[in-house]
Amino acid sequence: MASYNTSEFRKGLKVQLDGDPYLMIECNFVKPGKGQALYKCKLRNLLRGTVLDRTYKSGDSLEAADIEEIQAQFLYRQQDQFVFMDNSTYEQYELTKDQVDEGWKYLKEGMICSMMLFNGRPISVAPPNHVVLKVEYCEPGVRGNTATNVTKPCKVETGAEFPCPAFVEVGDLIKIDSRTGEYIERVKE
Amino acid sequence: MPTSPQHGDFLPTASWENLRRRAELLGRVREFFRQRGFLEVETPLLSADTVADRHLDPFPVSAGDGREPRQLWLQTSPEFCMKRLLAAGATAIYQVTRAFRQGEQGPLHNAEFTMVEWYRVGDAMAEGMQLLSELGEWLLGRGPAECLAYGEAFRNYVGLDPHAAATAALVEAASLLGVAAPASLAAEDRDGWLDLLLAEQVQPHLGSPRPVILYDYPASQAALARVRPGPPPVAERFELYVSGVELANGYHELVDPAVLRRRNAWNNARRQADGKPPLPEESRLLAAMEAGLPSSTGVALGFDRVVMLAVGASRLDEVIAFPFDRA
Repeated sequence: MASYNTSEFRKGLKVQLDGDPYLMIECNFVKPGKGQALYKCKLRNLLRGTVLDRTYKSGDSLEAADIEEIQAQFLYRQQDQFVFMDNSTYEQYELTKDQVDEGWKYLKEGMICSMMLFNGRPISVAPPNHVVLKVEYCEPGVRGNTATNVTKPCKVETGAEFPCPAFVEVGDLIKIDSRTGEYIERVKE
Repeated sequence: MPTSPQHGDFLPTASWENLRRRAELLGRVREFFRQRGFLEVETPLLSADTVADRHLDPFPVSAGDGREPRQLWLQTSPEFCMKRLLAAGATAIYQVTRAFRQGEQGPLHNAEFTMVEWYRVGDAMAEGMQLLSELGEWLLGRGPAECLAYGEAFRNYVGLDPHAAATAALVEAASLLGVAAPASLAAEDRDGWLDLLLAEQVQPHLGSPRPVILYDYPASQAALARVRPGPPPVAERFELYVSGVELANGYHELVDPAVLRRRNAWNNARRQADGKPPLPEESRLLAAMEAGLPSSTGVALGFDRVVMLAVGASRLDEVIAFPFDRA
């Protein structure tokens, strides 16, 4: 298994600790002029999202995490299982609702998502940054009201609800930023 | 890890305003030493000799000019050559030069940096500290430095006597104070634990609002300073701190070649235990010490950090035109 030594430590490194994959989100080099070099790191657990503080000294090393990012197509949902397919190998992957996290709000059949694999097994999935969804239910709009600062909940085809401007109506196609859940605009197709 | 040039990478990271302040401060450094009769000198950046320190990694340079390649080193500080000048008759010398330390990169580190270093024959540690305090005041205008013994600083901020406490007590103090220690730090590595406590618990308190000069280091951290017999024996070594940032390191200089030989051997033994290549133990400095090195106190000051504090920046790349990753 490959490993990184302290001179290679930097933000964005993916490493393995006690069997879990971690992302190095911060690494600060501290060294008294005549003393031991220290690397003060913050590491985010890619399975649980928890953050660890760890200090290393020069010469230490961390095992590299076998992390691969692939493009996968969302096929279908079966209760709490979400089924995806790697577009290049046709391999199918099942993710739980926990692994998909907020992603379920955006997943439409055929959508190409970016999936992270750890030791060949899926650990998370991210839909495209901008997703177009069809509004299935909302309170009727007020004709002529184009204000965007007044919002109302709109339920879309995936079953999720998003706050949208008052003028949005049932049957509209709306574009949502999947990273924030914010309404961006109404689209034609 | 190789990085390919990116768009905009040719530009300096420092603003023109900061680069102008840098030039002004460089002028002030020279003015300070000119007023006190110091001679400005220049010594080689590439030398066959290098400091054998457990925690300093010089860049090796192989000079193959058609003949048998010679192993040279980019200097981690100009101290060897400057002391050779003292042995040859210099009395008060300074220089502004570049120093190189492999693997030192971060907000307060750049592998290539600018160092101001000076020596004055006849100075004991107290005179050396006084001169450093004056230079700090002259460059940063934050008043004269307050002098704080290393032992007192540990009693204040860690709650123990670093010269007397057992190593196990240092380990326990780190744990009680919630200091995240490297898992690989050996329980018996006394200096490692002292460094960790200094960096995490002491240093952040030093130098605000007034500069602090920490002095009388543990004898095990003497480097090239002489040790004053105890109890407890202490290294006549001192460091200037401003706003928690280490700016300078000074020694009442070791002049005994036999002691330096012992320290070199110890450093190389530690380096090998740490998995690092050994460094040359013999040098022309030892020859100069054998010929007779006059007693002096010398100090090295990190000039980039001085500029950083003077302009109110928090990272060296705000005051260095092209830091190491754009060099």
